[in-house]
Amino acid sequence: MNIQASGTNRRISLPLAAALKDAIFSALIAFGLFVFLIGLHTDQGPTGALVVTTRLPQLAMLVGAVFAGSLARALIFGREPIGLGRGLPPWLMRIAQHAGRLAGPALLVFALLVPVLFYHNRYLLDLGILVLTYVMLGWGLNIVVGLAGLLDLGYVAFYAVGAYSYALLAQNFGLSFWICLPLAGILAAFWGVLLGFPVLRLRGDYLAIVTLAFGEIIRLVLLNWQSFTGGPNGIASIPRPSFFGLPFNDEEGGFAATFGLEFSPTHRIVFLFYLILALALVTNWVAKRMRRLPVGRAWEAMREDEIACRSLGINTTNTKLTAFAMGAMFGGFAGAFFATRQGFISPESFAFGESALVLAIVVLGGMGSQIGVAVAALAMLGGFELYREFEHYRMLVFGFAMVTIMIWRPRGLVATREPSLYLATHKPAVSPVKQGLK
Amino acid sequence: MTAPLLTVRGVKTFYGNIMALKGVDLDVNEGEIVTLIGANGAGKSTLMMTTFGNPRAREGSIVFDGRDITHMPTHEIAKLRIAQSPEGRRIFSRMSVLENLQMGATVAGADNFTDDLARVGKLFPLLEKRMHQRGGTLSGGEQQMLAIARALMGRPRLLLLDEPSLGLAPMLAKQIFRAIRELNERDRLTVFLVEQNAFHALKLAHRGYVIVNGEITLAGSGRELLERPEVRAAYLEGGRR
Ligand SMILES: Nc1ncnc2c1ncn2[C@@H]1O[C@H](COP(=O)(O)OP(=O)(O)O)[C@@H](O)[C@H]1O
Ligand SMILES: [Mg+2]
Repeated sequence: MNIQASGTNRRISLPLAAALKDAIFSALIAFGLFVFLIGLHTDQGPTGALVVTTRLPQLAMLVGAVFAGSLARALIFGREPIGLGRGLPPWLMRIAQHAGRLAGPALLVFALLVPVLFYHNRYLLDLGILVLTYVMLGWGLNIVVGLAGLLDLGYVAFYAVGAYSYALLAQNFGLSFWICLPLAGILAAFWGVLLGFPVLRLRGDYLAIVTLAFGEIIRLVLLNWQSFTGGPNGIASIPRPSFFGLPFNDEEGGFAATFGLEFSPTHRIVFLFYLILALALVTNWVAKRMRRLPVGRAWEAMREDEIACRSLGINTTNTKLTAFAMGAMFGGFAGAFFATRQGFISPESFAFGESALVLAIVVLGGMGSQIGVAVAALAMLGGFELYREFEHYRMLVFGFAMVTIMIWRPRGLVATREPSLYLATHKPAVSPVKQGLK
Repeated sequence: MTAPLLTVRGVKTFYGNIMALKGVDLDVNEGEIVTLIGANGAGKSTLMMTTFGNPRAREGSIVFDGRDITHMPTHEIAKLRIAQSPEGRRIFSRMSVLENLQMGATVAGADNFTDDLARVGKLFPLLEKRMHQRGGTLSGGEQQMLAIARALMGRPRLLLLDEPSLGLAPMLAKQIFRAIRELNERDRLTVFLVEQNAFHALKLAHRGYVIVNGEITLAGSGRELLERPEVRAAYLEGGRR
């Protein structure tokens, strides 16, 4: 290995063979991500049937760019993440570190203020709700992929189970959102366990393929079980959420009348915004909490080495099933929210692209990092919106943004993992800082 | 004499159609250090892992403390207080040293954690200074110490060690062997030690077995085996000081 000193920081470059290996690996990941996001494109054909068009040149360009960029960065920087703060004087680094630790609270405060700041901007409120939905999905999937290390490409199935559970329960039995929400979560968790059983022995690519198939099966069942799910027509006029029993309408006894406010449709939007924010925060809190509990620690250890886990007395079967169930449950909550927000659902909303998007958020965020996932969701969905006007270039710009991140930080935005346990006497003066925020 | 802590009888283990263990008999008594020596590919690691039910013995029986564990799931076997430092160490590389030790304490429970942490810290002072470092960033020797320390956190009655000296500088290897002796003499810990470094292993052990191609060919006290010409010829060439 070839060690060069530059300034005060050592930069470790890789030998050519190792660099090539890294670059090929990155290119493969890029291919896996982009083949569905960009390489294949579905359209409604002239007869109304779905036609698949390919965009292979663009796909090849992006994968090629990742390869070349990764090779260059491996030769120059090695595997070290390229921090923005490299070469900064120490006092500046320290300020940057503190700023990094404040990023989470700052984002939270901003999120809380969005409905106040943008009360009259319906478009931004809707976008905020969308971003938060994906933040929640990202945090939910992060439990399975980031913490437990189980590559799940069918996460959208649980989102679908949650959405349909809410829609069907609310319509057929007239149950309220707050009763349906836990039921949707429980049903999704149940399906998570059902998926978990057959894949217990699978790892890596095999696991990915089976979970992908699972997602598709659920979608196809929803599509074809006409009498129960409405098939391709979906389910319409799903009950809208109420403010703990008070409907958002302009009638007597509605939310506005009860609180003496003038009726405005924005009330419901703001309520939905805070609702999904709360749901996302609960997801975050539970995921963080789990890391400190034996089962959460076992997830992380299992991600590192399953055989070692077993010989330390950990029941990896249960550990995997709880990870699938827990991740699926939050997917189900998010699905129930989606259904009540849209008022209409159909199998189209639960295609593979959704799974791929959520997975991309988790991977780019730096698997296992909570704040990284939030930033990635914001960047990706915000990015989508920014380029909406340039319909044709949108995917390409988005693709290049992802390429840049993959090269800049091959392990995701926030690649370092914060230990879940410290000794009181040993707590380091400056705790390990999330490199992504330097 | 009381029954051995670990009894292995007629164990045959297969990888596909290939028989890696061809009917192994072996005993480990309470309080002993027993070593298993053999060339690369002889089946040492296979025997150790078979004890843990991964892979499972196709024939024969393995009894620990009077209980037949031949068909038990691996994690249940671990709960009987058998711990191992496996081949390749298998530490959790993205987790801190402290978290690795915490995982090791899974079967011992949280009550003894602080005491046990102090105990392994005293045994391996090098580790104590690196409690918050990620496991993967430790040196090879430190990783080996961590693997042993992690196993000890489970308060084992039987400790299985697979080539703890592999790839270590002689100084570090010696330190590891010294720690094993200390554990055995002070805490009366029973140790089953798999080694290629036959000289040190036989000097350390009360008894030893030699395995060749999946079969035990020799057994005896450590000193006896050290004197045997066939052992000297096969395993101590250049291993003598
Ligand atoms: N996972 C495996 N699959 C197939 N064959 C294996 C596997 N592990 C070990 N073997 C074979 O079993 C034999 C014994 O291996 P092992 O127990 O690792 O030997 P040792 O630890 O003594 O070096 C060798 O011939 C090896 O090639
Ligand atoms: Mg071996």
